[in-house]
This record gives sequence, structure tokens and C-alpha cells, in this order.
Amino acid sequence: MDDLRAGIGFALPLIISVLPFSLLWGTLARQAGLSALETALTAGLVFAGSAQFVATGLWTTPPAVAVLVVAVLIVNLRHVLMGAALAPSIKTWGGLRSHAALFLMADEVWALALQRRARGLLTPAFYFSVGVTFYICWVAGTQAGFHAGGLIEDPAAYGFDFAFAAVFLCLIRSFYVSWRSLLPWTASALTAALAASFSDGVWYILLGGLAGAAAGALFPAKPPEAPK
Amino acid sequence: MTLDLQTLLAILGMAGVTYLTRIAGYWVVARMALKGRLAAALEAVPGSVLIAVIVPTILLTGPAESLAALITLALAWRLPVLAAVVGGIVSVVLLRLLLGGA
Repeated sequence: MDDLRAGIGFALPLIISVLPFSLLWGTLARQAGLSALETALTAGLVFAGSAQFVATGLWTTPPAVAVLVVAVLIVNLRHVLMGAALAPSIKTWGGLRSHAALFLMADEVWALALQRRARGLLTPAFYFSVGVTFYICWVAGTQAGFHAGGLIEDPAAYGFDFAFAAVFLCLIRSFYVSWRSLLPWTASALTAALAASFSDGVWYILLGGLAGAAAGALFPAKPPEAPK
Repeated sequence: MTLDLQTLLAILGMAGVTYLTRIAGYWVVARMALKGRLAAALEAVPGSVLIAVIVPTILLTGPAESLAALITLALAWRLPVLAAVVGGIVSVVLLRLLLGGA
């Protein structure tokens, strides 16, 4: 019960900061020509914010299925790294629960789960209360955006476009172990900055993550853990 | 409530590849014993991915965003998440007024 409440409490700041984006995406989905049902299905089945924004950007009527699928695949390749990092914590939960957990693995849910794990407190109850709360709010927010239309036309006007970065900075802070943590982070930031400057698309996320992982392998942040 | 067949196909296709990316890393790692350099590499993934995602905002947009990122990080060290996020948003709005941009 405490884990359930803690999960919802931790998810709240993230939900507030993601709300403008869910409203905006619902509006864009309508402008792109999706129906209310199609908007809900996309938000509920894909459940990946950045991929959804890319999809509405590429949307045509009728939709070019192959183009959309490949674009979404590329945007979401970072999930492979994220799932690998989460695996040790959830593989003991049983097949069904761990695969349900992976369905809910949005960036924010994943980051909160790993933050919780760093304190040794990650339980299925915590994970699913964060994940399900986040899921409901995302789908509901996109529907609200669809029906209200243009509620938030330009998030940059109120600095909301920065909310996402601000939340991520707070999450990053919780992964700080020692000054050695800064090595992979710097490697990731520089690689991602170069990649984003010289290539199109979202390869910079994957390349930055890989550069960080490589730097982490070369200069571990903490001594090898004793077996549990 | 309309649902076009080709649209449904596109949605299911996007949902399918998204779920594949979410389970792929898990499937590989859940079957391995994690220790040494591989464990250290995965340990570095969370912070690295989070930073990579926001690099275009905090490093490549302008001085207002980069400065606001530093302020947010400093706030995050002392304050709860919500307070740090609000502080970050307020600082980016003020810095954009001062320095121009977005």
C-alpha cells in the first residue's frame, strides 16, 4: 500500500510536466486527420511520446504505413538500452508481469523505476502504480487535447517546452553516484551534441547512450558489487 | 468514432515495433549473468540516455536554455522535483526575456 501511494506521489510532478505535451499531441493528431478513436488507440497502444510526435509529423491520408513504422522504430531504439538497464530488476517478477512492465516503460516511468532501485526499494507495486498512473494521464490528456483543440498551441510561449528538460535534469541528479558518474554523462552529451548537429533524426539519443555505456565500461562509477 | 483500416494497420505497426524495442534489451540481458564491465556499462545507461535526450534543448538551443539547465540542476540538488521543475521553467522564461530566443 505504501508503495502504491509512493508511486503515485513520485509520478505526480512528471505528470504535471508532461500534461502540456499530451494536450498538444492530441491537438496535432486531430489536425493530422485522426479520429478520436484512432487518437486514443495510438496513445494507448504506442504509448511513446516522442514517437507519437514524429508520427503525426509524418502523417498523411491515407497513412504511409511503412514510413511511419520505420520512423517510430528509429525514434524508439533507445528503448533497447533502457530495457537492458531495467532487466536485472524486473526479471524476477515473472514473465507476464515483467512483460507488462516493459509495455509501460515510457522514459519517465523507466527513470523513476531506476531511481527507486538505486535506493533498493523497487517493487512491482511501485512500478505499476507509477506506470498505470502515467498511462491513464497520458491517454486522458491526449483525448482532452483532441476535443479541446488548441488549448496549448505553443508550449514555448510559457516555457512549458523546457519542462521536459527540467524533469530529466532532476532525474539525472538522482543517478549521481560519484564524480566518476560525470565521465559517461559527458561522453554522452558531447556525442549526442555532435550527432544532433551533423545528422537528421533522433540517432543522437542512441549514439549518446552508447557512448555513455562505453565510457561507463571503461571507467566504472563504483567498485563491482558483491553478489546478492 | 471512425476507424480506417489502413490507419489501424499503421497504429498496430507502430505499436508492434515500439513494444519490440521495449522487450529487446530485456530479452538479451535477462538471459545473461551481469558482472564486470557489462554491468558497469549498463549502470551508466540511465544518466547517459536522459542527457542525450535533452541535449538539443540544453546545449544546442541557446544561452537562455543552457543557463536555465544549470540553474535547474543546482535547484534539483536542494529541492523536491516539482519545485526544481517550476524553478527551471521560471528561469527559462526570464532568461529568454533577458537574452532573447524562443
